[in-house]
Amino acid sequence: MATRQRFTLFDALNYTLLGLFTLACFFPFYYLFINTISNNDISSKGLVMFWPKGFQLSNYENIFQIPGLGMAALVSFGRTVIGTALTVAASGLLGFLFTKNQMLGRRLWYRFIIVTMYFNAGLIPWYLTMRNLGLTNNFLAYILPGIVSPFFIILVKTYVESTPIALQESAQIDGAGNLTIFWKIVMPLITPILATIAIFSAVGQWNQFQDTLFLVTNPKLFTLQFILYRYLNEALSVAELMKQAMSGGGSVANLALQPTPTSIQSTVSMIVVIPTLLVYPFFQRYFVKGLMIGAVKG
Amino acid sequence: MSASLTKTADSALTRKRFQIKDKYTLFLMALPFLVLVFLFSYLPLYGWIYAFYDYQPGIPLANTDFVGLQWFTAMVSDQVQRAEMFRVLRNTFAISSLGIVTSILPVIFAILLTEVRNSKFKRIVQTLTTLPNFISWVLVYSFAFMLFSVNNGFFNHLLMSLGWISSPTNILADDNHVWLAMTLWGVWKGLGWGAIMYIAAITSIDSELYEAARVDGANRFRQIWHVTVPGIIPTYFVLLILSIANFINNGLEQFFVFANAMNMNHIEVLDLYVYNIGMGNSNFGFATAVSIMKSIVSLFLLFAANGLSKLIRGQSII
Repeated sequence: MATRQRFTLFDALNYTLLGLFTLACFFPFYYLFINTISNNDISSKGLVMFWPKGFQLSNYENIFQIPGLGMAALVSFGRTVIGTALTVAASGLLGFLFTKNQMLGRRLWYRFIIVTMYFNAGLIPWYLTMRNLGLTNNFLAYILPGIVSPFFIILVKTYVESTPIALQESAQIDGAGNLTIFWKIVMPLITPILATIAIFSAVGQWNQFQDTLFLVTNPKLFTLQFILYRYLNEALSVAELMKQAMSGGGSVANLALQPTPTSIQSTVSMIVVIPTLLVYPFFQRYFVKGLMIGAVKG
Repeated sequence: MSASLTKTADSALTRKRFQIKDKYTLFLMALPFLVLVFLFSYLPLYGWIYAFYDYQPGIPLANTDFVGLQWFTAMVSDQVQRAEMFRVLRNTFAISSLGIVTSILPVIFAILLTEVRNSKFKRIVQTLTTLPNFISWVLVYSFAFMLFSVNNGFFNHLLMSLGWISSPTNILADDNHVWLAMTLWGVWKGLGWGAIMYIAAITSIDSELYEAARVDGANRFRQIWHVTVPGIIPTYFVLLILSIANFINNGLEQFFVFANAMNMNHIEVLDLYVYNIGMGNSNFGFATAVSIMKSIVSLFLLFAANGLSKLIRGQSII
């Protein structure tokens, strides 16, 4: 605004309203955090409300002694890295290929993929198919179904079409093959959109929960999200884990450091959310741009 | 002159030759991915066949009875079943409708946020309100669990220490306000993110329009009403139409994590119902039949929304 306006009643209300909603969005994260670093005895009674009481870090030191949690972190991390890499590669390559008029049946295959955005067979047929394909209790079930994502392909295709075609043509005349053109010419040009896709895909992989729920019974393949869900629903088994974790710890620890169901649930929640919080500041500037490109296509 | 002509013809010829060779190599490069799409999106359609059999897990399909449309007619012929379907559809429509009603909130939020002149405050608000969009529903449930549980939850403690309530209430097991609670969690999670599109739309409004309005003596409210609102209405309608296409798809995860024995009556939307009868009770035939009906209604809604979009905007969404 060019002219300096004075601070009106509207501004006061507006700032208050936005401030309150922001607080509501942020407070649960903060509340969870202060509970994990507080005296577990006070915390389990719900008495830690606005600031930490009885500071300690034993929850973070002990958490990975809980059987299965380290493995789950590894599985979650692995599926995020591998799944994201493959999704980005596939989206980039397919988005590029679908800009090539000379590709055999280009329009047909493009539609073949895009149409899947609008229908799905339903949960049970999907589950039975996955089972018939041998993708139950199989790490590949976390990776393969998500590789080709119609929305990401639309994003890349739109983006590639906005880059100068002359660059590709001159490379072709210089004797470059399609893969070389894609790798050396197109990839560097479309890095921003690939970064956006990487972010969305990584968040999606990290947060995915249903595939474990449907397809996995082997504890070695549980993800952090699934473990967290179980802890939230099975207070009894959490109490059991608590005992195990404690006997591993050895000493008759004082009440302040003893894990409680609350402390385990909140600490695992923090473990789940920390990676998102760490990368979030870096990807925030990308996703606004990425979303705008998507919005153009509707 | 003639030399350059030959050269052009030459390169056109080269290009043509490349194209013929490319035709197949380009397709072969895409082929593995097309196979994946076939396996995970088209092959499950074959599974619709289960809706016509009395399938029991563990017994091959060939050894099970073909029951025709029995599962489909069961949805409406049996009185108990009909009541169940009615209940589930009621929940689905109620929650979707509330979602559509609250879809105006991101618009208001975006307008209010762009009226903020302190850029630091603006950035903090936008960053923190977008954050919930990037966490899973399981984690949202974990927050809900910590904040609202009966014995040690934040809110029960707060309200009791303020003297507003005398005994803790179990909000998570409350069946009477499930629709509202689910809508509010949806708003909490999606509002900041949903506003991004509108903020972008507002940013792209020509600033001369605002200046012209100011010259004409419009105050801030009039500027909002006559410039900002018309500027984002088209975006709002596109998203509204898209939400019609998804009216029957509430998704599973949110309701699955928040569901418990106490609130099941009102939280069981179609997606959760299919899960419960299919995966919970192993009634694959009936669950598939419900899935099929849902897919058909979903496609119908998509085409309806598309038609509506063509009618209003002269542009289709698919």
